[in-house]
Amino acid sequence: MDARLVSEFRSIVGDAGLVTGPEQLRTYECDGLTLYRVAPDLVLLPSSAQEMQAVVKICHRERIPFVARGSGTGLSGGALPIKGGVVISLTRMNRILEVDVPNARVVLEPGVTNAAITAAVAAHGYFYAPDPASQVVCTVGGNVAENSGGVHCFKYGVTTTYILGLEVVLSDGSLVRLGGKTMDRPGYDVVGAFVGSEGNFGIVTKITLRIIKKPETTQTLMAAFNSISEAGAAVSSIIASGMFPAGLEIMDRLALEAVEAAVHPNYPNCQALLLVELDGSEREVELLMEKVGPICKSCGAGEIRLAKSEAERMAVWKGRKAAFASVGRISPNYLVQDGVIPRTALPRVLAEVERLSAEAGLRVANVFHAGDGNLHPLVLYDHRIEGQEQRAMTLAEAILRLCVEAGGSITGEHGIGEEKKHFMPVMFSAADLNAMQRLRSAFDPYQLCNPTKMFPGTDVTFQGPIAYEPHPIEKAGLAQRY
Amino acid sequence: MSEARTQMDQAWTGLNAIVGRENLRPASTADAVDGMQPSGVIAPGTAQEVAEVLRYCNSAGLAVIPRGGGTKLWLGNRPQKVDFILSTERLNRVIEHAWGDMTATVEAGCKIDNLQRTLKEHGQQLAADPMRSEGATVGGLLATAESGTLRIRYGAIRDLVLGVEVALPDGSVIKAGGKVVKNVAGYDLTKLMIGSLGTLGVITRAVFRLHPIPAATATYTTLLPTASEASKLVLAILDSHLVYTGLQIRAQRADQVALDVRFEGIPESLDDQYAKLSQIAGGHRFERAGEVWTARQKLFADASGSVISKCSVLPAQIGLLCDAVFRQAQPAGVTATLVAQGTGVAEVRLDAAGLQPLVGALHGLREELDRLEGSLIVEQCPVSMKQELDVWGTLKDALPLMQQIKEQFDPARTLNPGRFVGAI
Repeated sequence: MDARLVSEFRSIVGDAGLVTGPEQLRTYECDGLTLYRVAPDLVLLPSSAQEMQAVVKICHRERIPFVARGSGTGLSGGALPIKGGVVISLTRMNRILEVDVPNARVVLEPGVTNAAITAAVAAHGYFYAPDPASQVVCTVGGNVAENSGGVHCFKYGVTTTYILGLEVVLSDGSLVRLGGKTMDRPGYDVVGAFVGSEGNFGIVTKITLRIIKKPETTQTLMAAFNSISEAGAAVSSIIASGMFPAGLEIMDRLALEAVEAAVHPNYPNCQALLLVELDGSEREVELLMEKVGPICKSCGAGEIRLAKSEAERMAVWKGRKAAFASVGRISPNYLVQDGVIPRTALPRVLAEVERLSAEAGLRVANVFHAGDGNLHPLVLYDHRIEGQEQRAMTLAEAILRLCVEAGGSITGEHGIGEEKKHFMPVMFSAADLNAMQRLRSAFDPYQLCNPTKMFPGTDVTFQGPIAYEPHPIEKAGLAQRY
Repeated sequence: MSEARTQMDQAWTGLNAIVGRENLRPASTADAVDGMQPSGVIAPGTAQEVAEVLRYCNSAGLAVIPRGGGTKLWLGNRPQKVDFILSTERLNRVIEHAWGDMTATVEAGCKIDNLQRTLKEHGQQLAADPMRSEGATVGGLLATAESGTLRIRYGAIRDLVLGVEVALPDGSVIKAGGKVVKNVAGYDLTKLMIGSLGTLGVITRAVFRLHPIPAATATYTTLLPTASEASKLVLAILDSHLVYTGLQIRAQRADQVALDVRFEGIPESLDDQYAKLSQIAGGHRFERAGEVWTARQKLFADASGSVISKCSVLPAQIGLLCDAVFRQAQPAGVTATLVAQGTGVAEVRLDAAGLQPLVGALHGLREELDRLEGSLIVEQCPVSMKQELDVWGTLKDALPLMQQIKEQFDPARTLNPGRFVGAI
C-alpha cells in the first residue's frame, strides 16, 4: 500500500491502530474458515466512531474496499481480506456503554464478546439469548453481521430478534443511527435489513440490544438412541405434544467419539444422543420433563439421564459446544456445513448424507440443532492424501444441494461469505438476487463494503494505488517505459 | 375526450387483458382512501398477475393502493395520487400447513381468522393477535407490522415470518427468506418488507412459524390509583420469573389504572403462576378478568372524529406516558383513553369537540415523547388533520437511507405515493 496513504491512516488511528508488518498481517489472512487465505495490505483498528468515519472516508476517496472483522471466528470466510484492500478490526471498540436492567436494554460497541454481555447482566438474573458455540470469543458485531444463532434459538430466536438499534458508518464515511431503544419506530425496518448483511452495508459502531430474564429453572435431559431416525422421531413427538423446548440437539456416533476423546463429557454410549433442554417456571418444567423421558422411551431410547444442577448442565453442554473443535481428535482436517431442512425431512436427508459419504469414501460426523432442522455435517478428511480435500468439498456441496431440494436453506447461521457465494443461485433466482443487490446499492452504492462476498462473480483484486517501482533494467538505462 | 380520460380508458383495456373483465370493477365512494376515490379496483388471481398489474401501472404512471381487508386504510399520510386499488381478495388460500414442521404458507389475502381456524385443526396457531382479525388479512398484518398483546412473549410479527414472496413494480416476483426457522442466506428482505406499508412491493405470500395452542389460559386484573404505581408493578412483573403472555395497562383517567396479566400453559402451572403473581403484587389484589385483550380494538370503535396514535416508550416509562397523556388532554378539554402493553407500545385515543384542541394535545404529547426519546405515530384521525401534522413524526438521519431504498425498488412511486414516512 502507498506509503502516503499508510501515514494518512496512521495520523488518524495512531501507531497502536495500525498493522503493517508482514508476519502480523498474516494473522488476519483468514477467519474460522482456514481453507481460503489472503493477507491484507493493511489492518486498521480504530478506537471510536469518529476514527472509523475518518478511515472510511479515506477508503471512499481512494475507492479502497474494506472488510470489517470482529474476532475472526466466522465459518464462511466473511472476514477474508480482499487482495489490495484493508481490514478494519473492531477489537479496540470493545466497551459496554450502558446497562439498563429495568428496561432490559444494553448499549455497547461491536467488539464486545457475546459472552461478555451475559456476564455483565447475569448478577441481575438476565442473559443475552443468541448463544453461538463460539460465544466466549466471537463479538456481537460479528453476530450482527451474520445474524448468528446458537443452541437456544429454536425457542429464543436469533440475533435479529434482539437488535433494536444500530449506529453505522456507511461507505461514504457518514454516520447514521438506525432504530433506537424503543420499539415500532416509524419507517422501514432498516435495522432488520442490516442484521445478517455480512458487512456489505456498512460498519456498525454501536449496538442497542435486548436482554431477557433468565428462566426460573432449566433442566437438560440426555437420551441415548440406537439410530438418528429414532432420535429424530422423539424430537417430533416432543414438539407434537405441545412442549416448546429451549434446546434440542442431536449428535451421532462419530461426533460422540470425537467429543469423548477431547473433553470427556461422559455421555452415554450410543449411536445417537439427544439433548433436550426445558426451561421456565419450576412447576411447569418439573411437570413437562416427566413427560419427556417416556416420550423418548416410546421412540426406542435406552439410557435416560437428567441434569438438574447448573454444574451438571454445564458439563452436558460443554461436550456439545466443543463438537467442532473435538473432531480434531479423530481427523487431521474437516469441513463443516450449515444446511437447514424442515425438521420432518431429517430422517431421509440424513440417510442420504450417509449414502453420499459412503460413496465419497469419507466420514461425516453429524451434530445438529434438531428443533430447527439446522444440520452441521462435519466432513472429515486428510489434506495430505491426494484428492481428499477436493472430494470433501464436493461432498459438502452435495449435502447443501440436498438441503435446498428438501425445502431448506444453504445456511442456517454461518452465513454465505466467501464459501457459499457461488451457491446463491441454487437457492435464489436472478430476480431474487437482483432485489438483494438493489437493497445493497441503497446502503453502499460504491461497493466498498466487503464487496467480494455474498454474490457469485464478485472476485476482485484491488490494484491501486500502488507506488510505481522502476525495474533494475530500467534504472540502469537499458530499457524504457512507454 | 380529455387526455386523462383516454389514458384511463387505455388503462382499463390494459388491465382487463391481465386480470380478466370480471376482476376489474369501477370503484365506489366506499373504496376511497382519505377521501380520494380511485378509478377502479383490480383483483388479480396470482402473484404473477399482481406483478403484471404493477408493471403495467408503473409504466403508465398510475398510482396503486394495495388493499387486503381494508381495515387499516386510514394509516399514513394522504396519498398524493390514487388511481387503482389492488385488492388481494382472490389470493386467499392457506397453501400449506406443515404442522410437523410448525410452519404454514399462506397467500396474502387470506383472512387472519381463516388462517387460525385452519391451524387449529392441528392444535397450532399464529401467535399474533391483531385487531379486526375477522376482516384483516395476513398481507395487511405484514404490511402494517401491527403488534398485539401476545408480542411480549412470542415476538413481533417480524419474528414470526420465515419468508415472503413479493411482487415488485418492475414486474418481477421475488422470494426472500424461506420455509425454515434458521436461515441467513442472503439479505433479510423479509424484514424490509414487513411494515413497509406496501410502498416497496406487494406481498403475495408468506411463510409463518407457528406455536402450539396452549392447554389453558387465565387472565387476571387489578386496579391501581396512580400511573406511577402501575408502572412499578409492571416493572416488578417484567423482572420476575413469571411466564406471562400478556401484560397490559388500561386507563381513562390518571387516577384509575387497570393492569392485566395473562398466563398460558398446563392448568397446574397456571395456579402456581397466580400464587407467584399475588406475592409480587403485595397489597394489590388480582381478580379473574373479563375480556380485556380486545381493549385496543375497542378504541377504534365509533372513532370517526377521534385521533388514535401509537406511542412507544421504554417499559419503565409507561407510567410517565400515562401521566403525559392526561396532562396534555385534561386542560385542553380532551378526553383520553390509553391501552399500553408491557413492551412500552401503547395505543392512545383522544376525543374533543373540535379539531384544534386535538391538534394542540397531540403536538404537546409528541413533544413529551420526543423528550423521552420515544415515538408517536398518528394512526387514525380525521382527514383534515393530516394537513396539520406529520402523522409519522420526524426521522432524523435514517430518512435519506429509506428514500434511497424506495428509489431502488419503486423509483416511479407507483405504490402508495406519499403515504409513508417523509412522504416517500
